[in-house]
Amino acid sequence: MIDRLRVRFDSRDVLRALSLEVAAGELVALMAPSGAGKTTALRAVAALQPFDEGRIVVDGFALLPGPVPPEARLVSLRRRVGLVFQGHALFDHLSALDNVTLALRHVLGKSRADADAVAQRLLDSLEVGARASAWPRQLSGGEAQRVAIARALAPDPALLLMDEPTAALDPARRTALGATLRGLCEQGRGLLVATHDAEFARAHADRVLTLGT
Amino acid sequence: MVSLALGILTALAVQHPTARVLVWGGDAEGGAPFVEADPADPSQVRGFDVEVADRIARGLGRTTRFVQVQWSSIDQSVERGDFALGLSGVEDTPARRARHAATLPYFEFREVLAVRPEEAARIHGLIDLRGRRVATLGATIAYDLLVRARDSTGLIPVSYDDDVHPYGDLVTGRVDAVLLDHIIAQRALRRRGGFGFLILAQPVAVGHYVGVLARADSALRDSVDAVLREAMRDGSLEQIFRRWRVWDPTQGVLFDAVLRSSMTARPAGTAPVVQAIAYLPPLARAAAVTALVSVLSMMLAVLVGLALASGRLYGSGWLRALTTVYIEVIRGTPLLLQLFVIYYGLAGVIRLPAFLAAILGLGLNYAAYEAEIYRGALLAVPRAQLEAGRTLGLSEGQILRLVRGPQALRYALAPMTNDFVALLKDSALVSVITVVELTKQTAIYATNVGSWIVPGALCAVVYLAMSLPLARLARRLEQRWGGRAP
Repeated sequence: MIDRLRVRFDSRDVLRALSLEVAAGELVALMAPSGAGKTTALRAVAALQPFDEGRIVVDGFALLPGPVPPEARLVSLRRRVGLVFQGHALFDHLSALDNVTLALRHVLGKSRADADAVAQRLLDSLEVGARASAWPRQLSGGEAQRVAIARALAPDPALLLMDEPTAALDPARRTALGATLRGLCEQGRGLLVATHDAEFARAHADRVLTLGT
Repeated sequence: MVSLALGILTALAVQHPTARVLVWGGDAEGGAPFVEADPADPSQVRGFDVEVADRIARGLGRTTRFVQVQWSSIDQSVERGDFALGLSGVEDTPARRARHAATLPYFEFREVLAVRPEEAARIHGLIDLRGRRVATLGATIAYDLLVRARDSTGLIPVSYDDDVHPYGDLVTGRVDAVLLDHIIAQRALRRRGGFGFLILAQPVAVGHYVGVLARADSALRDSVDAVLREAMRDGSLEQIFRRWRVWDPTQGVLFDAVLRSSMTARPAGTAPVVQAIAYLPPLARAAAVTALVSVLSMMLAVLVGLALASGRLYGSGWLRALTTVYIEVIRGTPLLLQLFVIYYGLAGVIRLPAFLAAILGLGLNYAAYEAEIYRGALLAVPRAQLEAGRTLGLSEGQILRLVRGPQALRYALAPMTNDFVALLKDSALVSVITVVELTKQTAIYATNVGSWIVPGALCAVVYLAMSLPLARLARRLEQRWGGRAP
């Protein structure tokens, strides 16, 4: 839940009084032209970006205005929120599988074998299981996106944030992505998708929110 | 412009009137009583070799002009034509006689051992120094004696670039004995007020000082020999030696022998091929020292560099300031100075063995450069990668260890390899603190055979054999990881 969020850069309002709510199992599209603050809103929810006014509550964990709290105080938020970056930001020194196992092993404390099994299941469910041993630079754009989704899903978050997921996809892959995201909603997750792709938003989102410029 | 150039040329020509002036070369750096800067007028030199040069010039009807030259380079310099006559405690060796025109011997010196007083009763010669460190000046007869004694008696030769520090290190216990010419030993003892060490009465060997001229200058050499004989006969040479307190009866015996037999003491030289082969084992040993010093220094540089870079990026305010000061001071001062400070400057506080001091000096110096490479590499990791780590719940420490560090390593590896190649070559500097590495051994070799061509080429080949594979590795790493695209 985002309540009257306000973010200022250099005394200019990037976001003003943004309020929205994403329920479990719901796909909400946040529509706006480029530069209107969609990414800023997602970053605020992921606690990568401080905000000036308002309140953000994720599954009972509240973020308040002011500087981003130290990581030690964000442990429970990190398990509740996953973020898929626009450029995917896969760790390019790790294989696709190890991108997914990193949090499983080092945050959730799973053994190597358990983490590998969970990660492989996630990659399989996103239809990139065959690419588990590939390096990020060997993946196509669509494959990299699916690996990035698998990585964000590894801690099993209640809310998944996606920044411009259709930016580099052809129409056929866009449709496939829509189906994948619907599948995630059916698992009971909330999805907040920032996009400027009106067609995609209308076709796949439960609700479309448009940010005023 | 043209007239200015002509003016300079004329000035140069006037400066080099070889016919009327005897241009001679010697080393005034710590060169008493041979050649030293005159305390009353540091632009002038004084010493018994200065007066010998004056006496020779007078006999030739010339005036003198002095040229400063590093002692170990006198032979090469005279052959290049930098000066006509080299005089500065130049030793009479077969190699020197084979390569250059040497004068007749004008002074007899004894190679004497100096030891600490408490050990004087136990040490009577090189044979008693098994396993002990014996210091001398590199590229001398004394050094050759020690190298030969290493194989027969098992002593450890330690080579210095000057004849002052060996005695200081003897007193402080860094070395156990010093083998050098008796006049150098006596002067060192006088400087210490007669305390600190004893000079053993029994000499290890006897040698002679000669003047050295270019091989093609044998006519001038014969004239110089005639003047020297005359100076022995008329007592002027004896007066010079008495004035400088280096006269003793053995000089009279030498003079008699020279005058009686027209002795020029020209022993036959060893064939150059035999000389070259004899130097291969010490060169191999020196190459191993270079490799070992370089590898250990680099390991130290990497560890300290990582700590410095982390301090500069993650540390508190004062830690950042401290690491910045360290990096700037180390990068802003010469490595040579740092080596001197670590080895000689700190000797009063902590007496480091030369090998350890070399590794510390090189390692701590390169650590400053490594630190900047690592800092740059850590900063080059895209922010999104770090944020991706944070959204997954990794702690800052985990992000550094699992994401930022491994990615920065890829940026750092190529410049690190380049630094290692540079360090390999900079390791030549540690010879100033008595570590005989590849370049120093080559210089000793070159001085003894009187030519840089074969030793220089051999040395270059060994350095290239070590550095080229590294340079290739750096290029491959750059190609593999430099570009992001597949």
